[in-house]
Amino acid sequence: MRDKLEQIKVEALEKLKECQTSQMLDEVRVKYLGKKGELTAILRGMGQLSAEERPIVGKIANEVRETIENAIQEALKEIKNKEKNYRLSLETIDVTMPGKRNKIGGLHPLTKALDEIKEIFIGMGFSVAEGPEVELDYYNFEALNIPKNHPARDEQDTFYINQNVVLRTQTSPVQIRVMENKKPPIRIIAPGRVYRSDTADATHSPIFHQIEGLVVDKGITMASLKGTLDTFAKRMFGEKTRTKFRPHHFPFTEPSAEVDVSCFVCGGEGCRVCKGSGWIEILGCGMVHPDVLRAGGIDPDVYSGFAFGLGLERIVMIKYGIDDIRLFYENDVRFLKQF
Amino acid sequence: MKVPYSWLQDYVDIDKSIYEVADKLTLTGSKVEEVIDKGKEIDKVVAGKIIKTEKHPNADKLTVCQIDVKTETIQIVTGADNIKEGDIIPVALHGSSLPGGVKIKKGKLRGVESNGMLCSEAELGLADEDSVHGIMILDQNTPIGVDIKEILGLNGGVIDFEITSNRADCFSIYGIARETAASFGCDLKNIETDYKTNDENINDYLSVKVDTPLCRRYMAKMIKNIKIGPSPEWMQAKLNEAGVRPINNVVDVTNYVMLELGQPLHAFDFNNIGGKEIVVKMANDEKFTTLDEVERQLDSSMIVISDKEKAIAIAGIMGGQNSEVTENTNTIVLECANFDGVTTRIASKKLGLRTEASSRFEKDLDPNLVEIAANRACYLFETLGVGEVVGGTIDIYNEKVEPHYVKVSPEWINRFLGTDIKTEDMIKMLNRLGMEVEDKEELVIKVPTFRQDVKIKEDVAEEIARLYGYDIIPSEKILGEAVEAEITREQKLIETVKSTMVASSLYEALTYSFYSPKVFDKINLNNDSELRNTISISNPLGEDFSIMRTTLIPSILEVMQRNILRDNKEARVFEIGKVYLNVGEDLPDERQKLIIAMAGNVDFYDIKGVVENLIEALSVDKVDFERETQNPTFHPGRCANILVRRKNAGVIGEIHPDVLENYDLEERVYVAEIDLGIFFDAAKLEKKYKPLPKYPAILRDMALLVEDSVEVKKIEDIMRKLGKGIIEEIKLFDVYKGKQIPEGFKSVAYSLIYRADDRTLTDEDVNKVHDAIVKELETKLNAKLR
Repeated sequence: MRDKLEQIKVEALEKLKECQTSQMLDEVRVKYLGKKGELTAILRGMGQLSAEERPIVGKIANEVRETIENAIQEALKEIKNKEKNYRLSLETIDVTMPGKRNKIGGLHPLTKALDEIKEIFIGMGFSVAEGPEVELDYYNFEALNIPKNHPARDEQDTFYINQNVVLRTQTSPVQIRVMENKKPPIRIIAPGRVYRSDTADATHSPIFHQIEGLVVDKGITMASLKGTLDTFAKRMFGEKTRTKFRPHHFPFTEPSAEVDVSCFVCGGEGCRVCKGSGWIEILGCGMVHPDVLRAGGIDPDVYSGFAFGLGLERIVMIKYGIDDIRLFYENDVRFLKQF
Repeated sequence: MKVPYSWLQDYVDIDKSIYEVADKLTLTGSKVEEVIDKGKEIDKVVAGKIIKTEKHPNADKLTVCQIDVKTETIQIVTGADNIKEGDIIPVALHGSSLPGGVKIKKGKLRGVESNGMLCSEAELGLADEDSVHGIMILDQNTPIGVDIKEILGLNGGVIDFEITSNRADCFSIYGIARETAASFGCDLKNIETDYKTNDENINDYLSVKVDTPLCRRYMAKMIKNIKIGPSPEWMQAKLNEAGVRPINNVVDVTNYVMLELGQPLHAFDFNNIGGKEIVVKMANDEKFTTLDEVERQLDSSMIVISDKEKAIAIAGIMGGQNSEVTENTNTIVLECANFDGVTTRIASKKLGLRTEASSRFEKDLDPNLVEIAANRACYLFETLGVGEVVGGTIDIYNEKVEPHYVKVSPEWINRFLGTDIKTEDMIKMLNRLGMEVEDKEELVIKVPTFRQDVKIKEDVAEEIARLYGYDIIPSEKILGEAVEAEITREQKLIETVKSTMVASSLYEALTYSFYSPKVFDKINLNNDSELRNTISISNPLGEDFSIMRTTLIPSILEVMQRNILRDNKEARVFEIGKVYLNVGEDLPDERQKLIIAMAGNVDFYDIKGVVENLIEALSVDKVDFERETQNPTFHPGRCANILVRRKNAGVIGEIHPDVLENYDLEERVYVAEIDLGIFFDAAKLEKKYKPLPKYPAILRDMALLVEDSVEVKKIEDIMRKLGKGIIEEIKLFDVYKGKQIPEGFKSVAYSLIYRADDRTLTDEDVNKVHDAIVKELETKLNAKLR
């Protein structure tokens, strides 16, 4: 009987080695350990053994069963592993194929640039103010020291609704509206649409955007104007940006200046964008004219202020190398998608 | 204004390069448009004399010339047809260079040797290609063999300045010279004006009357025994460089003085002044032919110069043909006057005639300049031998302009600029600008009459700042009380709208605020629609841009049209823009609207989904979509009004096929237009936390057979009403028509989720409510449970 057990063990282990699938393993298990299996048959025949032999053979039989069971477990583990690896190999995909994307849209490049500018000024304590686009002549011109018959009022530049109402030609009227409604300290920017009666071409648009700035308080100086715009230029165009303030003339500021920034494309070396000069003109500014402060109900003997205005389209065009202003208003999705 | 550097150097001793001067003047306030240095590129071009011309043996249109260039005689082949033997012309020699990097080398033209090139004004960079014909013919007295740059005065280059409207004084060589002297701290030379006259008196020949205060000063001089001819080469060269074409010695002198001093002058042929009388007055409604041979319509807003019978010049703009200086002119009356700026500008605009003279007068000139300019012209007439100056002067000058005074303290200036400039330095700067300063408790500044723009202390601060250098003024933080930026509720809500639209895969568009009144017909708007009550522009760029928009629908349809026609089939766009509603007041009501448009692989429920996203993002409550069949812009079966708290806040739907046709669109387009003001009024920025549910939910499905016309909202209203308290969610998961469903009916299937906040619901609880809902649906909507 012992020999038989030993034989079963060897035979079973031999068979297990041949098993390739978990099903084949199962067959082996049934053949030896199942209810009608060979080992079970032997155990059943134990009754015929002597009382001395029974425990010994019983022990051996159990050892054989354990050995076979362990071997089955072992083999099963291995086969499962193999099967898993096989399955994984079947599931291989091309990871270089494009991903499935949830489509998202995008903001207009002018809005994006404006958001950037707003953020810079909000960081310096400026609030964002607004004013009407269809504006009284008074706010657009008169209160800004541009009397009737001033060359800037030429009909060819201004759209009129009637004698007293115009489409604002600049965001500056918001200055007066803010001063009328708020006591200093004032620190605002006023972005928005402005209108000039220019026929649209690559560099002109009858509608474009300006951003006005106004600061009024006690002790505001030309040095604070320079400091504010220097900070803006550095945040907008990069820390290495330099500014150049050139004297200029605007009716609503005195002194007035135009501001160039060192070309953010070539860094001031001179390139196609800055036409070799190394500088790009970006804004006009100055100390608020005392007549304008008075028009806003503010005493110029107590307070002083500065104001500035910049054109949004121009900055975006230079920044991205866009050579036709009309693209902004055509809204071709292939254009809008690029920003 | 073009300022030849060599001319500037007549009045300031300066040895800087033209570029250094341009840079410095830019920083002190004279804006440089461009530095033009034509001579820089010209090399080895000399004056030569044609001594012989022959036909080219092999080409009809070519001429072989023998040219004397002093050191030798050279042969050049030319195609020009305006030359003859004896002409003196510019010759580009072998190895020479011309503007634009052109190099000239000797070679053969059709087998005949050619050792250079004869040049036109265009080839020398002096004029446009189109405006010249043939080779430039020089004056007969031009010295042969001399460098052309010397002859034409091209050695120094030209600075082109942009003159701002407040600085009429800078619209002249002498004005720029004064700025240059002030900027570099060097001396400004005087202008020579001394001349001799004959013994006669102008008053014996002519009388002048001024009938309008818009002529502030009128001075007349007379020159007789004139020999008309070309002006000297040096004067012609300077005029050419400054961009003014030489004509004859009389006209050239008036132009020369105008450029030099900024005061326009005009010369009349005395023989053509009828009645020997000049009257300055407002024009009649009359026709008048100007020097350029154009007949022009005058009116009573314009000033004219007349003789006893007729107009002879439009004041400050252009003279008349009837009194023009000609080859036969013997005696002239030289007019040197001051006309009102606004009047001149308006007249010039009405006539469509802007001249060198009018562009100066319209800036309002200093009446005291009149005398200096008249004397300068007489000096030139006399010294150049043009004619004999008649003694005496006619000068009508009623309200004399005197220097004025501005007071300011140096401390205030430093406080205003944020600087620390010494008083003595301030005084020096002002002196350099021709202002006398007395230093008392304050600076008392005597402002010369040519600086009418310096009126208040801020103006003085600017003069000091620009000469001190804007670049030296420190750059400082804003001092004083810290100010905190405020972001308004509306600004925050707009940001939410933008981000929701982008997350809904829409691209932002920006369109014009004005359009054509025809767009209302294009979108099929009813004739009595409120939206047709617009604000119109009185001087539009054309009818297409003539009214302020009252709806964004036409604007966005145009965007869709453009994109679809360009094959961007899946166009999905939005715009946040204003409409301008005519409310009968001075200014319109400007309301912010949101417009959304989609086409391509989408339907009504896609665009509705976008609007629902927005409603959720803004937490707008009490929103209803109500069927709208009467809006002519939209598909009658696929349109809804959007109501917020029962107030009309917008419209959503598929565009009517007739409207699509008007926009040449074949594809279905979906549009929603929303009044953001109404949405924002009902929006909630603050979010509230609601505890997560503690008790389990019970899910029940329900499939109903209802008539086609029953809107699901009616079903859901009943569910919501009867399920109040325990109904958590109503999910429509299927709408089906077809097999097994009778004609005119549809099957709608719902999942209802029941849950209570405070207990576990029993089947019994739910059944009671669920059954009641079914019963109500059956009685109210004639629905059948499937």
